[in-house]
Amino acid sequence: MARAVSTRRKLGFTAIAWLIALTLFFPILWTVLTSFKTEGTAIAMPPKFLFFDWTLENYFTVQERSDYFRHFTNSVISAVGSTILGLIIAIPAAWAMAFSPTKRTKDVLLWMLSTKMLPAVGVLVPIYLIFRDLRLLDTHHGLIVVLMLINLPIIVWMLYTYFREIPVDILEAARMDGASLKNEIIYVLTPMAIPGIASTMLLNIILAWNEAFWTLNLTTTRAAPLTAFIASYSSPEGLFWAKLSAASTLAIAPILIMGWFSQRQLVRGLTFGAVK
Amino acid sequence: MGSITLEHVNKSFGGVTVIPDISLEVNDGEFVVFVGPSGCGKSTLLRLIAGLEDLSDGTIRIDGADVSKTLPAQRKLSMVFQSYALYPHMSVRGNIAFPLKMEKAPKERMDAAVNDAARVLNLTDYLDRKPRQLSGGQRQRVAIGRAIVRQPKAFLFDEPLSNLDAALRVNMRLEISELHKKLKTTMVYVTHDQVEAMTMADRIVVLNAGRIEQYGTPIELYQKPANLFVAGFIGSPKMNFIEGKEADTFGAATIGIRPEHFTISDAGRWTGTVGVAEHLGSDTFLYVDVDGIGQVTVRASGELPFAHGQTISLDPIESRIYRFDAQGQAM
Repeated sequence: MARAVSTRRKLGFTAIAWLIALTLFFPILWTVLTSFKTEGTAIAMPPKFLFFDWTLENYFTVQERSDYFRHFTNSVISAVGSTILGLIIAIPAAWAMAFSPTKRTKDVLLWMLSTKMLPAVGVLVPIYLIFRDLRLLDTHHGLIVVLMLINLPIIVWMLYTYFREIPVDILEAARMDGASLKNEIIYVLTPMAIPGIASTMLLNIILAWNEAFWTLNLTTTRAAPLTAFIASYSSPEGLFWAKLSAASTLAIAPILIMGWFSQRQLVRGLTFGAVK
Repeated sequence: MGSITLEHVNKSFGGVTVIPDISLEVNDGEFVVFVGPSGCGKSTLLRLIAGLEDLSDGTIRIDGADVSKTLPAQRKLSMVFQSYALYPHMSVRGNIAFPLKMEKAPKERMDAAVNDAARVLNLTDYLDRKPRQLSGGQRQRVAIGRAIVRQPKAFLFDEPLSNLDAALRVNMRLEISELHKKLKTTMVYVTHDQVEAMTMADRIVVLNAGRIEQYGTPIELYQKPANLFVAGFIGSPKMNFIEGKEADTFGAATIGIRPEHFTISDAGRWTGTVGVAEHLGSDTFLYVDVDGIGQVTVRASGELPFAHGQTISLDPIESRIYRFDAQGQAM
């Protein structure tokens, strides 16, 4: 239904939208700007917004001191690895619950979600001890497993929702059209499920990338991802705002860029099935 | 060839029996409509024939061969769904060609069949579009196209027109009837709309609570309804049922008179007051409150200048009075 909106109202809404967007974006912008300042300008009062001597010095120092690329690689391995492992486990689970639900399906789903309600720190000690005894501390596979486990409920829930949107009629139509189970999966199910799987994958890479609690507690050097890289700049040696900002900018840049380019897939995935 | 035989078919879901025991025969080339109120089991029966539901008991034969345990893909039937169930990621061409692709038909045959179907169904200009770019009627045509290309033994239609608007429904009804005349393939069609059933069917199966109330041609059902249920279900507006003293005079527990079987006279058997008069131009529907009987619906041909509150005198046409016993069976 079209609603007539006066120009003035439109302008008002646009202004409010921009204000909210800028407020949300400002901390990120400020971090990026600070990363180009010297440590002195970074804490100058009154703060300098755009007119200062721009420098790349912080980036060089950061790379030299703590090897950005190693942390970046670790982040990619743990985020992508945990997401893929999660999908391998979650796709059959969500599939079964979406297409052959039982009386207990809803309970199982809620039980899975309930694990997310527990504060992570509540299981820190047991998990830490298990990791220590299994020699998983500061290893890639250990991190992949723990990141997969904490995101698994979300992956299952998202996939379940997408699979539920696939009309059973269409699968039955394929059966009537003479498709074997194999062909049904190849030609009908998979193409229809891919948008949902893709957006689940993107969202989980982002979640795993940003995860800080377990990555900080279970890694030190070898498997440390970018979160540990940032944290190393807020150490007892004192805060170095400009270097911390450079490290943060470097850490969030890849995920921001990825999110920017996959916007369409994300939105399409999230509205998947809305078209009858 | 495509005769379908159901022998003592039974279907239960969990502990609930939807179809207790149905046997029926659909002849090759026949257009049979399953009609009944919602929840009567008509869609379940169709899905059993399709193989989308497993039988709890009984046998289904297609061309004499037992297919009770055969997968839907191997029964060589085509189905048109209420929701169209088109493949959203494929073009119209891809949708129509899909059954042939599953048969691994050669490309030339596939193209020829798709083009033929598109021509018959007026879809030639839309072959490269996706289903979401089509209107409801066009989508329904694509679903029919997909059903006809593989030359099935029989077509199954599951309320195919109920998502369309009234005008389009009448058009599609005609198109499906014409298609049947052209292809001469067996069709089994499920609907809750008795007008669709009456206009399209060679024979109608009237279902109620998982049981066959009557199986016959549209005119048989209209002229000789087996019981009160069929009498009330077939015909529009609904048949008038009269019980009590008036019925006794005809020696029945209930008598039924169709709205079109009254004559309006000056000194008829019954006198009443017009409650509502509906003027359609071609017909006039009168809802008359008759003393001692209750409301009676009368359908008169042409335009009659009756209005609310007018007194009217009615005569039922004696030869057209249906008599039912206390069990509701026709006498």
